[in-house]
Amino acid sequence: MMELADLSANLLLVSFIAYLVATAFFGGAIKKASSETTYKKSRWGQIGITITVIGFISNLGYFITRWMASGHIPLSNMFEFTAAFGMMLVGAFILLFYLYRTPSLGLFALPIAIIMIAYASMFPKDITPLIPALQSHWLVIHVITTVIGEAILVISAVAGLVYLLKNVDLTKPSRERFWLEAVMIALVLVIGFVVSSTTFKLTGYEAHFTYIDKEDKPKDIEYNYPPLFGMNEYEAQTPEAMTPWIEMPAIVNAKTLTTFVWSVATGIVLYLLLRLSIRRPVATLLKPFAKKANSQLMDEIGYRAVLIGFPVFTLGALIFAMIWAHEAWSRFWGWDPKEVWALISWLFYAAFLHLRLSQGWEGKKSAWLAVIGFIIIMFNLIAVNLIIAGLHSYA
Amino acid sequence: MSKIKCKCGHENPFGTVLCEKCGRPLTEEAKQSEVVDMRYEGSARRSQTYKRSIIDKIWNFFSSVKIGVSIIIAVLATSAIGTLFPQKFYVPVQTPEDLLAYYERLYGFIGTLYYKLGFYDMYNSWWFKVLIGMLGTSIIIASVDRVFPLYKSLKRQRTKRHPSFMKRQRIYGEGTALTPDLSLEKAEEKLKEMKYNVKKEDGAVLAEKNRFSRWGPYVNHTGLIIFLFGILLRGIPGFYVDDTMWIREGELRSIPGAPDYYLKSNQFIMEMYTKEEADEVFGKALDRVGSIVKNYQTDVSLYKKKEDGLPGSTDMEFVKDYSIIVNKPLKFDGYNIFQMDYRLNELKSMKMKLIEKETGDSFGEFTIDLDDPKGVYELENGATVNLIGYYADYAGVENGEPVSKSPVPNNPAFIFDMRTPEKPQGEKSFVAIQQTLETEENAYQVKFVSADTRHISGLTIRKDKTLYILLLGGIIFMIGVIQGSYWNHRRIWVQKGNDGNLLVAAHTNKNWFSLKKELESVKDYAGLPKYVDRRDTDIESEQEEGEK
Ligand code: HEM
Repeated sequence: MMELADLSANLLLVSFIAYLVATAFFGGAIKKASSETTYKKSRWGQIGITITVIGFISNLGYFITRWMASGHIPLSNMFEFTAAFGMMLVGAFILLFYLYRTPSLGLFALPIAIIMIAYASMFPKDITPLIPALQSHWLVIHVITTVIGEAILVISAVAGLVYLLKNVDLTKPSRERFWLEAVMIALVLVIGFVVSSTTFKLTGYEAHFTYIDKEDKPKDIEYNYPPLFGMNEYEAQTPEAMTPWIEMPAIVNAKTLTTFVWSVATGIVLYLLLRLSIRRPVATLLKPFAKKANSQLMDEIGYRAVLIGFPVFTLGALIFAMIWAHEAWSRFWGWDPKEVWALISWLFYAAFLHLRLSQGWEGKKSAWLAVIGFIIIMFNLIAVNLIIAGLHSYA
Repeated sequence: MSKIKCKCGHENPFGTVLCEKCGRPLTEEAKQSEVVDMRYEGSARRSQTYKRSIIDKIWNFFSSVKIGVSIIIAVLATSAIGTLFPQKFYVPVQTPEDLLAYYERLYGFIGTLYYKLGFYDMYNSWWFKVLIGMLGTSIIIASVDRVFPLYKSLKRQRTKRHPSFMKRQRIYGEGTALTPDLSLEKAEEKLKEMKYNVKKEDGAVLAEKNRFSRWGPYVNHTGLIIFLFGILLRGIPGFYVDDTMWIREGELRSIPGAPDYYLKSNQFIMEMYTKEEADEVFGKALDRVGSIVKNYQTDVSLYKKKEDGLPGSTDMEFVKDYSIIVNKPLKFDGYNIFQMDYRLNELKSMKMKLIEKETGDSFGEFTIDLDDPKGVYELENGATVNLIGYYADYAGVENGEPVSKSPVPNNPAFIFDMRTPEKPQGEKSFVAIQQTLETEENAYQVKFVSADTRHISGLTIRKDKTLYILLLGGIIFMIGVIQGSYWNHRRIWVQKGNDGNLLVAAHTNKNWFSLKKELESVKDYAGLPKYVDRRDTDIESEQEEGEK
């Protein structure tokens, strides 16, 4: 079993590298081509997609071997869920690539998948046994369908980003330029998390505390970052670790807050360095890569991805979720934060479809909505798990 | 209201924008526009036509998609606010004062506000229900407003359209053809090959595909309405049972909400993953988080009151044994019983002994059943212990009397009257856990020996007749979205214009790229004139670039 687990980890690494290489080839496809029509058939794009598919197969291999090693589907903790999300994102990209054959999409979708897998790898990667509530074949059905649906929906945001990078004028300050740059900053912040987390992991930093939780019970906690914020009534168990700046009330998870602040700080430093070295908005770095995309095509991919993803998402995140909730918790709907945020995502995409169909919200408006949808999905995946913990909490 | 007569002779209902038959624009606005709005085929919709009475106004309000989207956003926003802090049902306290104190203690001023505004019970609040009601109304009215006119005009559409209709399509081309009739024939052939329904009339071809997908939104809205209707039904008694029960090992209890049924708990089991038995792959995780629960289970026997049993009697027949575990509820007669909660190690009985304090000699042991404590316990050598007071959940003394705060034996206390041959008039003693009180110094003492415990299972009983309605709604919704999303309605018109010209136009409700791809192959095969997509500005600029 242990060999399988190791094999699984190696396969994930292989796919990670394959995605990096494929991104470079898609970049080449766009650099080399003079126009949309020529780059569609470019050799570089062909090689790029081939490497992507190889990476994806290896990624599936990771998934299956981990499933075999643990005896249950690897979708039961933060690492597994986020890594699967990255994988499905690549799958969704491959699907849309074969529908529209546009390397621009790959150039932006793959890096997002790469960041996602890197982000996932910062969480504990041990294989955990399943708690009773998760021991159901509905876990498999519900979570897989949901992840696939969300991944396809996220592709619409990728197409939206390409559209915006191409069509927003970055030479003059404007609200649109500001928000586009904000999206870039958000991506850099995630990289900040990966960088800071890896750094402290490599140095092996650990600090133990005891504290009192909000039900007045004593608990233990271990920080992997120098503790900026202390838990409620904390007592340090690791003498040489730094003393937290301030103590937080019981409702705040000071460990999460510490991680968050370190990541943001690292991200901001990265961003400022980048900004200082290029002396213009970071989005302008990416603009040349979006320039050759066809706006109309990107707009349509954005819409098409929502059309394909919305039914899948409804099935997984609402219908299967309700059936399972009924088996496991005796009620099909309990207004648990995770459920509510799935409903919110669903309502949001319903609004998206109506605005587009009836109000003619196409082009930039539609692209912005797709980006907001991406943010809502990520919020549900990350923030709701880490901050508003409910029944579904993995962390 | 008067009908509008088109030049082609067709009488259109009042409010029509594009003639149902030939497509000529009928309003000034449509005549002016370069590309006509094809959304509902320019048909006469009630909401666009009648604007006067109160009913018209209400109808128009709810049929507007702008309003519909606003309602969706309002539901979305209120739902999001409800997740800011835990809702009432996830909070360990229930009375209003406790709730207020709870939100204030944990979330300070904002918590108080959250409570005062009623956000702590968002999803049961009247305004949330009103919003959902408005959503349902809006879906119904908006759909009815559109589906019938749309159906009629698609049914009445003629193959040959007026050139003014063709010219105002997003995809349009016009040009001379060497052999217009041959081109038409070839186009027809190619379109049929691509699975279009082709109709011909007087030098005109209409090719249509997947019209059924136009009904997708209406089908999915129907599913949503059925779902909402199912939710509404749960308010009616008998459709929905939701109860809980606590049951101890060995206990037999009637099942709340399920008359005539009884449940006996044989055993409650909680198992942990152990490092030895679990696969070694789990080792690290177990080291990191400590113990992880593997299973919660209550083994039960289900009984039913006999058909001919007297009312009030407990004449029962055995139905079945079952192990209720998480994700595997016990199912019978429309009911589901779920494993939801547990309490471990409740005291069941206590074993005591009577001793003479000085020598420590024992008169033997006796066992007090805490559910049903007996009065008198006969011991050896003529000694008896008389239980004259029992406090299951002893909480101190009030007004000189011991009090029990619940019937649950969390902290049992006893008053014993001990009689021995030496002290036949008896000695009294108050015995609680870890303490013994005596009014005056006694010679004898009741001492605790050991205790027996048992587990309690928390079960939830559900009966939900609406589930099938909800499921039906869900299935219809899925059929509808798939129908509307994975197919699209495409039409291609090719017709002869004046003086040997050929006109081409095409329309789809979505996915224009695929339509253009198909049209392209028809064009190449049949030698149709060049056309443009008047939305795609990039292509033009790209072509210019290419020409440079
Ligand atoms: C959560 C609730 C709703 C869901 C999930 C939903 C779902 C949908 C979907 C999937 C479509 C097809 C969109 C497309 O193909 O791009 C659609 C179309 C439509 N919906 Fe809804 N809808 C909802 C609520 C509403 C409401 C409140 C209204 C009221 C105004 C409404 C009016 C319409 C209309 C007019 C169409 C277009 C029909 C057509 O053009 O054929 N919907 N809906």
